[in-house]
Amino acid sequence: MIRTAWLVAAKDLRIEMRSRVLLWQVVPFGVIALLLCGLALGPAHAGNSSAGPGLYYLVILLVTLLMINRSQGVERRPGTRSSIATLGLDPAGLFLGKSLALAIELWVTGLVLLAGAVLVLHTALHGAIVALPSILVTLAALSAAGTLYGALTAGGEASATLLPVLALPAFAPLLIAGERSFHNALHGGALLGWWVIVVVALVAYVAMGILLYGVLEET
Amino acid sequence: MIKDLSQRLLGPVTLVLLALTIWLGLWVTPPDAVQGNLVRLVYVHPSVAWVALYVSFGTATIASALYLWRRTRSMVMDRVAHCAMEVAVVFIALTLITGSIWGRPTWGVWWAWDARLTTTAILGVLALGYLALRRANDDPLLRARRGAVYAVLAAINVPIIHFSVDWWKTLHQGATVFTVNGKILIHGIQLWTLLMSFVAFTLLFIWLLRARYRLEVRRDAVSSTQLAQALVTRQREGAQ
Repeated sequence: MIRTAWLVAAKDLRIEMRSRVLLWQVVPFGVIALLLCGLALGPAHAGNSSAGPGLYYLVILLVTLLMINRSQGVERRPGTRSSIATLGLDPAGLFLGKSLALAIELWVTGLVLLAGAVLVLHTALHGAIVALPSILVTLAALSAAGTLYGALTAGGEASATLLPVLALPAFAPLLIAGERSFHNALHGGALLGWWVIVVVALVAYVAMGILLYGVLEET
Repeated sequence: MIKDLSQRLLGPVTLVLLALTIWLGLWVTPPDAVQGNLVRLVYVHPSVAWVALYVSFGTATIASALYLWRRTRSMVMDRVAHCAMEVAVVFIALTLITGSIWGRPTWGVWWAWDARLTTTAILGVLALGYLALRRANDDPLLRARRGAVYAVLAAINVPIIHFSVDWWKTLHQGATVFTVNGKILIHGIQLWTLLMSFVAFTLLFIWLLRARYRLEVRRDAVSSTQLAQALVTRQREGAQ
């Protein structure tokens, strides 16, 4: 399972390195969305709003949707999925590999956007550094959940529009927990409770993925 | 014969119990010392929520889990899950509407960013997502598989809703009957009316589920017949 996971993660990351979709499309989209959030708040509030963590996670959710679509899109060509199925790879390994690749891509994007939040929304650097571990775990949970929801919608004609409908409600608890832990890291407050929610969600989605991904890949 | 009799009696018994609940709730039980006549919504809202969150969604989740388990995998489970989820959508909407009607005079707003309200609304969107996912897939087996996985994933939200009033201590009141320490906080005729409404709405769910299931079986039969007819037509065209 672990070997398959490494193989799949390396394959997805290699495709990303060669195509550079993350660099030239996803990250610029995230930066533009962050700037638009600042514009929506207005020049008087963009720099000193307590909405910074919420806006950061909102942009992260939008970026995550793009990246899930991209992650499933690399296998969208006719015959690719059935070819993978005939290889006899462990579905749990496939799920872990795709989740790991998506998590690494999200971590890179998350760090760039965090720097953007410090610059554009004037989020305190010290608070952002304190919040970093919780952000990384939240993004890992998002990638595990996103891989599952991506597989649920893969292949259909309406997958691009169906994915947000299915995934965003499920992401909502992660958005709340992530935003609260980021907010508390900036302004002081209990972090443990929100950490527990994010870690439990990560474990639950990884366990569900290991158990159920095979069913989704059945032909 | 007993099965046939129970099927015939289910509808009338449900209607009688619902009528009794309305009569007890509106005329027999007294108004509350603090809330006045608003308390009468208590005989509808919790039982509707009970059916929405635990009975309908629970049925859909269990049927989906049984579909995913190879030993019990059958289209019967898929149909039950689908029908139960459709009923769940209706009851979740009723839960939110009755809660909102109670919230306006009590809290002063139709909607509050309360943990239980928000998580219930999310469950409603998840249930709608299930129906959207099913409509997006034409292949019955793929539709059943994906629907089952999605229903099991969505069920994670149910315990969050249940414990939200204990975890976050927001506006929505805590449990009255199913409390953590087992102590019932409602008594006398009010308790009996509340329990009757729980039974009445649960029977209503079973009635609706059965009707919807029968419809689904007939629809599948029509689809199969149409497919068979189309195949025969194509074979005749080929022979000519």
